[in-house]
Amino acid sequence: MAEQHHPMLSLRGLTRRFGGLTAVDAIDLDLARGELISIIGPNGAGKTTLFNLVTGLDRPDAGTVHFEGQDITGLSPERLAAEGIARTFQLGRVFGNLSVMDNVLIGAHTRLRAVKPAVPVIGPLLELGLALLRPASVKAEEERLREEVKAILARFGERLLPRIDQPAYSLSYANRRRVEIARALALQPRLLLLDEPTAGMNPTETAEMQALVAELKAEGLTILLIEHKLEMVMRLSERVIVMDEGKKIAEGPGEQVRTEPKVIEAYLGHGLSGTAEQESAA
Amino acid sequence: MSSWLDYTINGLIVGNVYALVAVGLALIFGVSRLINFAQGSIYLVGAYIGWVAVVQLHTPLPLTIIVVAAAAAVVGLIIERFGLRPLQNSVRIAPLLATIGISFVLDQLVMLTFSPNPRALPSQLPDVRFQVGGGTIGPLDLLIAGVGLTSALLLFVFLRYSKLGWAVRAASQDRDAAMQMGVDVNRVNQAVFGIAAALGGVSGMLVGMYYNQIDTAMSLQATLKGVVAEVVGGAGNVPGAVIGSLLLGLVESYGVAVFGTSYRNLFAFLLLVVVLVLRPNGLFASARQAPPEPLTGTFIAPSRPVRIPRWALAVAAAIFAVLPFFPVSFYVLQTLINAWLLGMLALSLTLVAGTMGQVSLGHAALLAIGAYTSALLSLTLGVPVGLAIIAGGLMSAALGTLLISPSFRLRGHYVSIATLAIGEIVSLVILNWESVTRGPIGISGIPPLSLFGYDLISPTSIYWFSFIVMVVLALLQGRLLGSHLGRSFRAIRDDDIAARAYGLSLNRYKSLAFIFGGFAAGVSGGIAAHLYSYINHETFNTQQSILALTVVILGGLGNVVGAIVGSVALVGLPEVFRIAAEYRILIYGIVLLLLVRFRPQGLLGTI
Repeated sequence: MAEQHHPMLSLRGLTRRFGGLTAVDAIDLDLARGELISIIGPNGAGKTTLFNLVTGLDRPDAGTVHFEGQDITGLSPERLAAEGIARTFQLGRVFGNLSVMDNVLIGAHTRLRAVKPAVPVIGPLLELGLALLRPASVKAEEERLREEVKAILARFGERLLPRIDQPAYSLSYANRRRVEIARALALQPRLLLLDEPTAGMNPTETAEMQALVAELKAEGLTILLIEHKLEMVMRLSERVIVMDEGKKIAEGPGEQVRTEPKVIEAYLGHGLSGTAEQESAA
Repeated sequence: MSSWLDYTINGLIVGNVYALVAVGLALIFGVSRLINFAQGSIYLVGAYIGWVAVVQLHTPLPLTIIVVAAAAAVVGLIIERFGLRPLQNSVRIAPLLATIGISFVLDQLVMLTFSPNPRALPSQLPDVRFQVGGGTIGPLDLLIAGVGLTSALLLFVFLRYSKLGWAVRAASQDRDAAMQMGVDVNRVNQAVFGIAAALGGVSGMLVGMYYNQIDTAMSLQATLKGVVAEVVGGAGNVPGAVIGSLLLGLVESYGVAVFGTSYRNLFAFLLLVVVLVLRPNGLFASARQAPPEPLTGTFIAPSRPVRIPRWALAVAAAIFAVLPFFPVSFYVLQTLINAWLLGMLALSLTLVAGTMGQVSLGHAALLAIGAYTSALLSLTLGVPVGLAIIAGGLMSAALGTLLISPSFRLRGHYVSIATLAIGEIVSLVILNWESVTRGPIGISGIPPLSLFGYDLISPTSIYWFSFIVMVVLALLQGRLLGSHLGRSFRAIRDDDIAARAYGLSLNRYKSLAFIFGGFAAGVSGGIAAHLYSYINHETFNTQQSILALTVVILGGLGNVVGAIVGSVALVGLPEVFRIAAEYRILIYGIVLLLLVRFRPQGLLGTI
């Protein structure tokens, strides 16, 4: 009932300082269910730090994060994963020595039920026992998840399926990014945070990734996207938020944001009206 | 009142000595994000070079100091050039293992050259005490204080005013940026290792003179104390290391004053564990800052494990199972029993260090806990031996996990330091808790192995018993690795941040790994206790931890079959080649070094 009025994700005055530097400076943001918002901005603008604050990998110095109306500020990443928040990492954090299958299965970890009974105190010991004994229910769950992983991998065409048993370290850079996204999907997230999913991809691969993100959006997934490729940002997002030096400097539909002088300045260099040196650098 | 002043002076003097070791560790950590486990060995080498100079060459004191500093510096340069520089681009675990291996090789070389017996190291200084306030101070105290202050001054001048010193400071602030600005990182490393070794060597000599005794056990203690001081001061922080050292000296000195000498080390290690857990960046850094990553990159060497077909494993197991029916000597059976016992420990360590990525250096403590539990239960309560051994395994699982749990948030080198310290704490508690453990006397008359009322005394029955227990543990571990827990452990090892972002609790899964591993090690210790019939606090020592680590690296980190193959190889081959016992540890150390350098994935590959 009341939930309908809440945005799915709501940030208020979110702030993170590192020494003298304010990496994220009083950011407000509302993300409705099924919406896709992109965050753009020059390198070092604080986009990834913002993701870390939302996913619990870092704690804010001030401000709040609400998810589905619930205050989740400062909760652990484990808790937030269980709440249905999944993310990918800018530099690609696949588990190098795990196979593609195992990497994606880890994504489904929070959904394990049969092998991880929710019993207090002795829960972990039961988990150890069940993992060793493997009763039928545990086997069935594992089998079901493996089938599911194959279905997720099939979304990437023939990119990952033929490499399903290969260790992730042997994959190409683009394939590692795909494994990251597959892993995030295996969590069946309510909110998906994508940190530069097309970094290091060529135009064909970027187009594929764009199609996939569009597909996920069409399926109703709520997505927060960090991306440098403006073409993709403009096509996919309802709204675009521009960050620079930790602050939100613009927000609105892509075409509108794109023409704002502050945004152009942030991208082309500060004090553009100034010296020739900066012009040549730009 | 006067005694308190004495204790304070003593604390500061000892702290000064620790500072010489800790400053070197801090310099090295600053430049290469590496905790040099061989620092204590250089200290040992310094003490013995000092002994040669003083006792055999009769050098005057100033010359002795110069000779020791120079010789130790050369050792440091050799370590840097041949031990660590080739590993610059290898996986994170490689330099950590290399310094551990180097430390064992150096210690053993010293032991083989000079014998393990303690020697006196006279200070050549007049034996007088001056009254200072209410306490007294001797010429050696003044010498140590003087050497400490002089080195601090020289180091300050070097770092502040010389070009190489600038390079060192630049490299420790930002190694990549320094390299791009043309700083020769190899020269910086050389400088740092040379200085650290010179300071460490002189420190060892001074301590030898202070107690007028040197022995080969000094090495590990020095490494631990230096690391404690360095971590307390904040890893890589040179002034912090000095303050941490003085603090450690005072804590120990006052602790000894209140509780007695045998508690000295206990205080040092408890201080370490408390600091590691509460302020992993040291006392002078803000607690919220993320701890500096000791080294970045992949933790273990990526490799494709050698797949051995099941039928081959079954055939091998069958051959070993029927071996006693063939005319083999008791000697062969005895050797293999030792291999099976080591195999259980290696299974435990390969799970914890390989699958979970927690390179434990105190694994022998798990043996000790299992052994003491099983021995005491069967001896004092009359519990049947079979049950007592299982109880020993459970106790190791529970207590081991409990003791290590505060360090679950630590990574890389810090885990190794914490486990080393916890291992020492266990040994010290066994030594001091006389009412339960019988202290230094040890436990004798432990009943022999028996099962369902039948004594297992013949080598054949002991062989089968230990072989079956090991095979069962190996099968269970294989099953564990094939479950969701196996992939969860390995995911945490590969990237704990990504693992947490997908809901894997580090505490939960590290606990489960230690519970399973602790059980296997405890069972091994329990069986050993009933085989030996006598154990004391030194039965299960760091050498066994290092041997197990070498086995694990040899077989391939996380590799169950590898752990067993490695155990048979490292126990069996020295027997085959009739290598004398005193050379074995040296050979294990060399094997470890060669593996890290040339085949980091081990024989059968990491999993």
